[in-house]
Order: sequence, then C-alpha cells, then structure tokens
Amino acid sequence: MNLVKLSWKYLTFRPLSTGLNLLLLAFGLSIITVLLLVQDQLEKKITQDAAGIDLVVGAKGSPLQLILSSVYHVDFPTGNINMEEAMRISSSRLIKQVIPLALGDNVQGLRVVGTNHDFLSLNQAEFASGKPWEYPFEVILGAESARLLKLQLGDSFLGSHGISVGSHDHEQHPFKVTGILAPTGKGIDRLVLTSIESLWYTHEEADSTLSSTINLPVSTQGFPPAGQDREVTSLLIQFRNPMGAIQLPRMINSGTSMQAASPAFEMARLFELLGIGVKVLQGLAIVVILIAGLGIFIALYNSLKERKYDLALLRALGASRMQLVALVVMESILLTTLGAGLGLLMGHGLLAVLVAFTTEEAFSVLQPWVFLPQEGLIIGYALAVGFLASLLPAWSAYQTSIAKQLTK
Amino acid sequence: MLVQTKSLSFSYPGQETLTFPDISLAAGEALLVLGKSGSGKTTFLNLLSGLLPPKHGQVILDGTILSELRGQRLDQFRASHLGIVFQKPHLIAALSVKENLEIARYFVKTKGNPIPSLLQELGIEDKAKASVATLSEGEAQRVSIARALVNSPKLILADEPTSSLDDEHAEIVIHLLKEQAITVGAALVIVTHDQRVKASISNIVEVKRR
Repeated sequence: MNLVKLSWKYLTFRPLSTGLNLLLLAFGLSIITVLLLVQDQLEKKITQDAAGIDLVVGAKGSPLQLILSSVYHVDFPTGNINMEEAMRISSSRLIKQVIPLALGDNVQGLRVVGTNHDFLSLNQAEFASGKPWEYPFEVILGAESARLLKLQLGDSFLGSHGISVGSHDHEQHPFKVTGILAPTGKGIDRLVLTSIESLWYTHEEADSTLSSTINLPVSTQGFPPAGQDREVTSLLIQFRNPMGAIQLPRMINSGTSMQAASPAFEMARLFELLGIGVKVLQGLAIVVILIAGLGIFIALYNSLKERKYDLALLRALGASRMQLVALVVMESILLTTLGAGLGLLMGHGLLAVLVAFTTEEAFSVLQPWVFLPQEGLIIGYALAVGFLASLLPAWSAYQTSIAKQLTK
Repeated sequence: MLVQTKSLSFSYPGQETLTFPDISLAAGEALLVLGKSGSGKTTFLNLLSGLLPPKHGQVILDGTILSELRGQRLDQFRASHLGIVFQKPHLIAALSVKENLEIARYFVKTKGNPIPSLLQELGIEDKAKASVATLSEGEAQRVSIARALVNSPKLILADEPTSSLDDEHAEIVIHLLKEQAITVGAALVIVTHDQRVKASISNIVEVKRR
C-alpha cells in the first residue's frame, strides 16, 4: 500500500464521477488531437504536392478550383485552354519549365492525367516495374492506383469520360499498362498517367487522320506537336527567377484568355477560410477541457468533505501534511493522465474511423496512427489542468486538524 | 515506567485551565480514565497522544518526552509508538479491511505485527478482503483495534470504545484491548464515561473540572 495506490483506490471508489470527468477530459483532448493531426498532415501534404510548382495556368474561373484540380487532383477542372496560346506563354524567358496537363478522363474514379515525362521527375517518381509510355494509349499507374485497380504490367483496361465514375467508356481505345510507380506518399500515387496524345486520340472518332499517327511514338518533353486546333487543361510552371512571380501572373491574367494562379497563395487563402472553423472547434475543445477541469475540482472538493475524517486519520497514522497534499494532487494527476492517454487514443481512433469510412479523397490520405511531438504538449496541458484543479482541495487537505476531526 | 505524565494542564482560549492527575503505567498495565461529558477527558487523551500540546507539564512515553516533539517528528513518533482506537471506527471506505491495516503500516515503515495473524486473533481473518462497508459495527470496531495494534505500539489509547456497543460486545472489546496490550507489551489507557467498563479494569483515575 502506498500513496499512489491509495489515490487510485479513492478514484475507483466513485466510478461514476471519475468516469464522467475522464470522458469529458478525453473528449476535449481528442478534438484537439484530431485537429492537430489533420492540420499537420494536410499542410505537409499540401506543401509536398505543390513542390516545384510556382504557378498554374488554366482556363478562367475560380483560381482555387484551378489549383485544386491541377495540383491536388480533387476538384473539377475550370475548362480547357488553347494549346497554341499556351505555347506562346511558355516561350517566356521567365519560365524554366512548363508541364502541360490534359485532364478529363477517369478509370473507376481514379483520374487519368495526360502529360509528359517531366511530370514524373517533378514528383520524383520512381518505377516499381516497367518503364514510361512511348506510344499512344500506353499508361503508367501510381502505386495506389495499381493496387485499387488490381492491374499489372501488360494489362489492358478502358478509361471513361469525365472526372468521376458514371460516364460512358471509351471503348475503342483501351489503355495498356507499361509501368507501375513506387509509392511516393504524394497525390501521384492515386493517378493514372499517360501522354497527352492518348487523351486526344481517345476523344476522336476513328478516322483516317488518326490511323496514321496512332502508331508513332509520342512526345516525351514539352508540348506534343499539334497538327490541328488542340487543347490542354492546364500548365504547371516553374519560374526561372523571382521576377516571374511578379510579371507572369499579370501578363497572363490581363493579356490572354487564360488565368494564372499560385498554389501557395490559393492554399493559404483556403486555410484562412478553414481557419475560422478550426478556431471554433479549438475553442470548443478548450471549453470542454476547462469544464472537465472544473468537474475534477468539484469532485475532489466534495469528496474531501466526505473524507475529512480519512485525512485526519491518515495524519494520526503518521502521514505528514505534504503527504496529504501529495495524495490529493496525485488523485487529480492520475485522473488527468488517464484522460490524456484516453483522449489521444480517442483522437487517433476517431481519425482512423473517419479515414476508413470516408469516400472523400482528401481525407483518405490521412494517416491516423502517426504521432506528433505536439501530442506531448497535449498531455502537458492535461496535467496542468489536473494540477490546477487540485490546488485548492490540496490546500484544505494540508490544513486538516487531527484533533478537531477525530475527537469531535 | 513506560508511560508517565507530570502535572499536565491545558486551556482552550477564553476558558478556565484544565489540570489532569499524574499517571504512570508499565507495559501490560491498563488504566481507565473516567469523567462526565465535558470534564476534559477527551482533552486528556489528546494530550497523551500529542494531538494537542499541553500548556504545562510533560508526557513521557518509552523514554521520549512526547509533549516536546513537534511537526513531522511528532507525527512519526505517534504513528510508531501509539495505537489509537477512536470513538467511531473511522475506517477508510475506499479500502478493504486488509488495506486499511496496510496503509497504517505504510506511513511508519516498520515491521510490526503481521497482519494476517492480527486479523486472526481478532476473529476477522475471513473479512480481510471485504469492503469496509459490509462490516457490522462490532467488526468495524475490531478492525480499528487491529489498526491500532498493527505497528506494535507502546501505548494503546482508546476513546469511548464501547459507547455504541451492547453489553456483550462492550465486554468483548475491553477484553480484547487488555489481552492485546499484554501480548504486544503496551500500556493501555481507556477513556470513557461508560460505567460498564469499571468491572473489567480496576486501575481508575477520574478527570474533573475544579
């Protein structure tokens, strides 16, 4: 028998009050944990996926939508742009690299992106097997796509029109897998990549002009050669120098029928909008934690009233005043430590449930069982709440008079 | 002498001074302190146990002047040399019978009496794991006696141990206290207004207000 055991006995002696305070505390802490995890992982993911992309050029519309569709592959594209106009822009001296994208098809909900080989190096993608496409209708799969589609090297499959499932299939030109990428932890894992030409050709009726080009190798760098009025969806641009950030957007937005959007700026704007919601949730969590602290304080204070004989008795049995203080503080700390542990577990569990049951792609990339150093801070907060809640009761325990209580 | 008091007196603020008769006891001896309600016999017990400091005089227990110890040293001395049986059992409800005895052992950190045999001698060994709430009043009283004995005290103080018990149990409890005092070699002081106890203990002092 020791003080820790004794305070544990006192805690378990009133399971309802202890349980309620434990749950309240854990609930508040779990909200904070979820917010922390989601914010951290989304932010990391967002910076990671936008690495190397300074500017996105696409059809006019919502700049945020353009960024979301072309960089993060979550929203619908704003439309297509004329490739000749796009090529004119790209010849600017301010631009180091341009990667054209053609979007608009999917394979069972996974997006098909028509691009060139630069897109692979931009994402630092490595091949798990196979090699990049060289001819029309050859595709490579992101690691996650290969797993979800259950496809292997050499397999053929049909793409369908549109960004999401449900449209008609392109039956005339099946895709053929020539490569599968190793997992990168980025958005590219969930894409199906092919040449821009592949996407052009799938959308054309079989006619004479096509049959002549269909067996020729596709371009692997820059823009594909365009024999007619071709379109692409967007351009991922890397500046040669910081001057690009100043001049290019203005030039594109005012001088062309296209728009330019900066991923960093748009995502900062999105986070600012979301930030209000996050702040409200954080505030709510803090209120819940404070209520839990108050609950612990009231429970301790009330139980001390019932326990003043016990305390006097412990003093008579040889406990020092500081040992009584330790007993009371320990009880609160034990409770809050448990609450913190439970809260973290609940937070991670909640996120795991969210990830498991959501169909939203943005959430499916979250990893619920990654632990952050800031979670130590959460435990710290909880302990501080527990310590503060126990101060007044501990003080009254300190003042316990043996003679008055026991011989009344 | 194991226990001695010398010209003890005490006064509560604004009240007349109480003076107490000198006592001296050897190991195994029992003393009954009688007095009416309000005569100051509980005060006498508090002075003997060091729960109150005397205004004048000394309490000497096992060669130590108890009334001159203060703070932590007094607490430790009291815990290791005194066993107090309070008027009510005052058991810790959150703990089992055995744990109530173990906690008394914890603060003193001595070997003392082995708990199982102590429980056996008091006839409550089958209640060792029981919750305190399930005990009858007599059983609870015996547990509190066991707790007073667990650290092999030199002086056993009992404050009205029989006041809530019927004749039969009162006699059992007094008998137990006397017997245990002899077993552990302690002096026994029982403070009571219960005249039934007189029959069992012949050594009597009376506390009176002058």
